[in-house]
Amino acid sequence: MAIKTDAIGREWPATTYEVGKEKIGEYARVVGLDNPVYFDRDAARAAGYRDVVAPPMFAVVYSSPAVGPAMLDPDVGMNFAAMVHGGQEFEWGEPACSGDEITTAAKCLDISEKDGKGFYVFETNAINQNGDLVARGTWTLIVRGV
Amino acid sequence: MADLNAGDAIPELKVTPDKYLPHRYAGASGDFNPIHIDPELAKAVGLPGTILHGLYMMGLVARAATDVGGGEPKALKRLAVQFRGMGAPETEIVVSGTVKSVDDGKATIDVVAAQGENQTIRNAEAEVVVE
Repeated sequence: MAIKTDAIGREWPATTYEVGKEKIGEYARVVGLDNPVYFDRDAARAAGYRDVVAPPMFAVVYSSPAVGPAMLDPDVGMNFAAMVHGGQEFEWGEPACSGDEITTAAKCLDISEKDGKGFYVFETNAINQNGDLVARGTWTLIVRGV
Repeated sequence: MADLNAGDAIPELKVTPDKYLPHRYAGASGDFNPIHIDPELAKAVGLPGTILHGLYMMGLVARAATDVGGGEPKALKRLAVQFRGMGAPETEIVVSGTVKSVDDGKATIDVVAAQGENQTIRNAEAEVVVE
């Protein structure tokens, strides 16, 4: 059966995430980060950030609510039981700081088939309250036996 | 690290996530996929036990790359990874890397995360501001 590709180019409604100081600290502790810029407002400001700053990979936290519904969309039609996360890329712009309101939109960039596997590629663009790009994500999911 | 050159190894990062790390990462990230937190379910779908979140391991790769830029989050400009193996809790993860090039104060680094011979993340490339 040929893979469904109708969803290529489709965009999903943007989601908004307000970055919180304690949520940044929780994430930073789990990954083992100890730079005070992730925990202490004065240290973050002294280092040139607007407020307590999120670690780069916190992009997952504010981008996932946007890309999740895209991945689950029946028009995309991924078989979750046979799916693995194959690859991930982030490019970062303006740092995400506590108090930021980040709006993330997801888009399906590509769906293709190779050697019986389906490759589903999504893009997320996360913009802060000032209109600055915070992080662009590229999410590649691989589904076996398509 | 102003004297960073192509071919240099970056400092290794070694972390052994404890049994409950996937629970804490689930809480921190919002990803509660049961294969990371429920051993019985993980075994029922053919896994040896709960597995680490790939994005947690990517977080460790980001940490090692950011350290090359003095540990400043704004130093990390780009990170692309391929997930090529499942990671297990209670096993040491070693993140290692080699500088590919340094241009205009930005280093491009090849990074690998492995548990023994199992390379859970490979073909990872990080771009880090080093000046």
